[in-house]
Amino acid sequence: MNAQWRRRLWSTMFIIGFFVLWEVLCWVFHVSDIVVPKPSQVIVTLIQRAPALWPHTLQTLYTTMVGFAFGIVIGIALGVLIGSSRLAYDVAYPLLVGFASIPKVAVVPIFVLWFGAGTVPAVLTAMIMCIFPIVVNVATGLATTEPELEDVMRALRATKTDILWNVGLPRTMPFFFASLKVSVTLAFVGTVISETVASNRGIGNVMMIASSNFDVPLVFAGLMILAFLGVALYAVFSFIEGRITGWAHRKDEFAMG
Amino acid sequence: MTTEIIEPPPRTEDTFVELEKVSVKFGKGESQFIALDETDLRIEKGDFVALVGPSGCGKSTILKLVAGLLKSTNGYVYVAGREVGAAEVRVGMAFQNPTMLPWLTVRDNVMMPLKIVPPFRQEYRSKKNNEFRDRADALLKEVGLSGFGDKHPWQLSGGMLQRASLCRALIHEPQLLMLDEPFGALDQFTREELWAIMQELWMKLKPTVVLVTHDLKEAGYLATRICVMATRPGRIVDDAAVPFPRPRNIEMSYLPEFVSMTQRLRQLIVSARPVKETVQ
Ligand SMILES: Nc1ncnc2c1ncn2[C@@H]1O[C@H](COP(=O)(O)OP(=O)(O)OP(=O)(O)O)[C@@H](O)[C@H]1O
Ligand SMILES: [Mg+2]
Repeated sequence: MNAQWRRRLWSTMFIIGFFVLWEVLCWVFHVSDIVVPKPSQVIVTLIQRAPALWPHTLQTLYTTMVGFAFGIVIGIALGVLIGSSRLAYDVAYPLLVGFASIPKVAVVPIFVLWFGAGTVPAVLTAMIMCIFPIVVNVATGLATTEPELEDVMRALRATKTDILWNVGLPRTMPFFFASLKVSVTLAFVGTVISETVASNRGIGNVMMIASSNFDVPLVFAGLMILAFLGVALYAVFSFIEGRITGWAHRKDEFAMG
Repeated sequence: MTTEIIEPPPRTEDTFVELEKVSVKFGKGESQFIALDETDLRIEKGDFVALVGPSGCGKSTILKLVAGLLKSTNGYVYVAGREVGAAEVRVGMAFQNPTMLPWLTVRDNVMMPLKIVPPFRQEYRSKKNNEFRDRADALLKEVGLSGFGDKHPWQLSGGMLQRASLCRALIHEPQLLMLDEPFGALDQFTREELWAIMQELWMKLKPTVVLVTHDLKEAGYLATRICVMATRPGRIVDDAAVPFPRPRNIEMSYLPEFVSMTQRLRQLIVSARPVKETVQ
């Protein structure tokens, strides 16, 4: 317990130290607000503009979560398909890798063309950004199931679905959650890209407008919000991961609960 | 020295497992490898057969054939009078590696077959918290694991896991029990203790057992019949009944008859080993 507190203390101090250093450097080198604003100024902006920023924050969060939810569903479905069928693996994997290599900025205009500017392209961009890691991890988890484990199940005349539900999927959970932590941050990137290019709402849009007005503190305020949302969601999924896949780390709390 | 391929005992009403001129070949063309060559084997219902032989002679292959995990290249495998897989035969299996699912408690691991195998499968939801649970706990108690049902596999030692793995192989009262060196990784004392438990469970439940082992004392202690296999190609070269009365105990293994039996088996296995060829 003591060691854990010390670790937390150190990490908090380090984060605060980072911002203090930033502030100090800005003072010492007389850095202009147009280039890099001071953290104190960003915080003031955040507080002053809070009423205006709040709906945009909600919009970005909402868009990201919807895209992420779709991404999880489609990602799991594709991952299960690719991970359990040789044919699907051969066919879909090259396609998927090719698709993942396309810069997503390039796809946004196409979505806008199809669905018009606004929330829909942002949701879709967030979705396609987060699918790939989920698919790869789920498929890997399934494909690496120990043959002996499968033998035990097959000797019991378990169907493919039985094996999937009782062995494949539970075994894949640690891989899946690892991918969720990556994916949720990617989903934010997707949303913001789309909002920047084609939307009149969301943090991406706010930052876009702020930078064209040279309102750099507001741009940084937007960045802060995004970073905060990213960290918060990462923490949420880490927590859920710990609860569900504690067995993978042989946690004693998991054993008790 | 060449050993004759021996005739299996004749087919009777009680024949439960039957291998008829079964061959298993791996690979194709030049690199084809005959893991099992035209093997005949008959096992009666309720029999306890031990398969011994040099490493790589196809013991695990026979086990997989009978369990329906592997298809023969030629020949037929019958279980309960029908081709393997066709009949509703409950099969239990345990390997050298306990293969417990780490996300489940030991009890849930043991109960897994009940979740899969009919007729238990249909009742699993309603009985998992009472009847099935008690059944798992009773079995765990018999192997000396009472009170460990709520633990997770990593909290148990290797020997304890192997006991749990035996429970999992037995919980659904299999007619056919396939054991592939289940005691192989254990220390001598745990092993001997588990032999006694295994014998007791077998005498009580009377499943048909095929046990693969490298330990001749183990084969002599547990089996009613010992089949010796030879390698390259894999085949059965000796098949003899074990005459000692039940229940057997570890003292019996020091009797001169027992020792001479294991010595004979040892001789057979040594001579059944492949002649060292130089591989180019
Ligand atoms: N999937 C496979 N592909 C190719 N060859 C195989 C395969 N499975 C087994 N073999 C070969 O078949 C032979 C018999 O294998 P098997 O596992 O039955 O041996 P075993 O008698 O159980 O040996 P051990 O005592 O070492 O476990 C071995 O020589 C092995 O190389
Ligand atoms: Mg083997």
